[in-house]
Amino acid sequence: MEHVAVLAARVERERASKADKADKRMTAEAAVQLIHDGDHVAIGGTLYSRTPMALVFALLRQRRRHLTVSRPLACYEIELFLSTGALDRIVSSWVGIGLPWGLAPIFRHYVERGEVAYDEWSHLAMGLRYKAGAMGVPFLPTLTMLGSDLATQLDLQTVTCPYTGERLAAVPALNPDVALIHAHRADMLGNAQVDGYQHMDVDMARAARTVIVSAEQIVSPDEIAARPDRTMLPHFAVDAVVAAPHGAYPHECYGRYGPDLQHFDAYAAAAKQEGPAAGLRYVEENADQSFASFLEAAGPERLAALAADAGELTPR
Amino acid sequence: MSNVTADELMAVTASRLLKDHKVVFAGVGMPLLAAAVARHQHAPHLTIVLEGGIIGTTLLPGKLPISTNEMRAAYGAQMLTDITDIFLYAQRGYFDYGFLGAAQVDMYGNINTSVIGSMEHPRVRLPGSGGANDIISLCNEVLIVTQHEPRRFVERVDFITSPGYLTGGDSRARAGLLTGRLGAVVTDLALLDFEPATKRMRLRALQPGVSVSQVRAQTGFDLLVSDEITELSPPSPEEIVIYRELRDGPAAGVADMAPPDRFAAVEPA
Repeated sequence: MEHVAVLAARVERERASKADKADKRMTAEAAVQLIHDGDHVAIGGTLYSRTPMALVFALLRQRRRHLTVSRPLACYEIELFLSTGALDRIVSSWVGIGLPWGLAPIFRHYVERGEVAYDEWSHLAMGLRYKAGAMGVPFLPTLTMLGSDLATQLDLQTVTCPYTGERLAAVPALNPDVALIHAHRADMLGNAQVDGYQHMDVDMARAARTVIVSAEQIVSPDEIAARPDRTMLPHFAVDAVVAAPHGAYPHECYGRYGPDLQHFDAYAAAAKQEGPAAGLRYVEENADQSFASFLEAAGPERLAALAADAGELTPR
Repeated sequence: MSNVTADELMAVTASRLLKDHKVVFAGVGMPLLAAAVARHQHAPHLTIVLEGGIIGTTLLPGKLPISTNEMRAAYGAQMLTDITDIFLYAQRGYFDYGFLGAAQVDMYGNINTSVIGSMEHPRVRLPGSGGANDIISLCNEVLIVTQHEPRRFVERVDFITSPGYLTGGDSRARAGLLTGRLGAVVTDLALLDFEPATKRMRLRALQPGVSVSQVRAQTGFDLLVSDEITELSPPSPEEIVIYRELRDGPAAGVADMAPPDRFAAVEPA
């Protein structure tokens, strides 16, 4: 298990001011150049909700090596990183495709052969690890994970409360090298707004050393200021802003579009039949070209239908 | 039109355990369905909480979520917060019930959703805890719902993903889990609880037409049996209609109320 020096993360944060850049807009290709071999990349959203897929695809295209990827609950993007040989380690509480598709075959292939490490934490522990990182403290005390084999497996330590003598689990801070976050709106300064679920994105981003935000819409600073209560991340916590309409497709984006479950069906069937070869082919066919051509292949009718689903499900 | 299925039997039995004006933290799938049935039947003020950060979801019949983080899970919700926050409500003691499924459960209510075989040499690597470890550690009373099969009801789970009563007696409290208790295990054959001193799983009531020996045969450990075994009343037509409408949408049809012929379908082992 990687124990982070919180002070080091803080010193870096002080050195790397993000407040002085007036325009942080760049392409997804340029943004993922901030990610290097061996980095820990945290992916925002959860399972198939508000996953920054445009950024994920851009990163897949780079064929980086020896990455660690962390996510609260991971979906099939993990299998794509595995199939291209990008991953050394997964840090999560759950890895699958989604309940209807059963166990994730490519994930199983690599983990069962010991070819990738999977640090399995509880869901709350993942959240508290990012939160500790975001708070600038080395750990947080909690009453979860005690007594489980998860705790043993991870060599989770306990602390004794200096006031009451109670024993609690001490969940270590997680400070990812890079966080990838998909937002509904962002301005060129980096102020980012989200509708609906926040997942663990705020803590994940604030814990990270470098933050790349993709957004459905790039809006003016005035539009951000018109609804400041919606702002999830302030400009000085963000390094790069990428315009990415439909940037979570084929995953869902709250209020904008539902998940493309037919796309999942096709992926899951291929992965079950062919394993990692299907994952690699998926990347070559869908990610290695531009995200725009991936959306084009989905077609405007499909995207419109998914948008209609979202309209039915969320308050106006 | 079809007979009552095992899933329907489990969902209805489980739904009846949820009292009105309480708060239930439900996993997706069977626990969520059961909680939704309770809200439509006898517990209209039951608040359903989901780990995506959702408080007070109402669900759209026929559009049940398959993830607790997607839009369908939040339909009609009173509040959306973040994931960590929702679990901190659990840690603070706000949630009366935690409601879980289980791939493998043992005689002390420990749940495994991590690995079949050993962690070093896994036969099958399962997805992992998700929020299950937190729900069983932090909610006030935990209910488990799962199909009754020997491969699921094992003497000792391969891996304790989510701690029940650990090795029984006061071992859960000694591990630092000072709050929370396991209330019941609901299956398609029976309702079970945990004997107060040993914390071993105990048969309390039978589904209609099921015998004690049938339950024992489908349990992979030596099951305690309560002195006062009762028979559960079968699902009402109303309960089954609600279940089917929630799952499939309005006009899912009225049920033929014949109970599932579980043992006719099972090949002799």
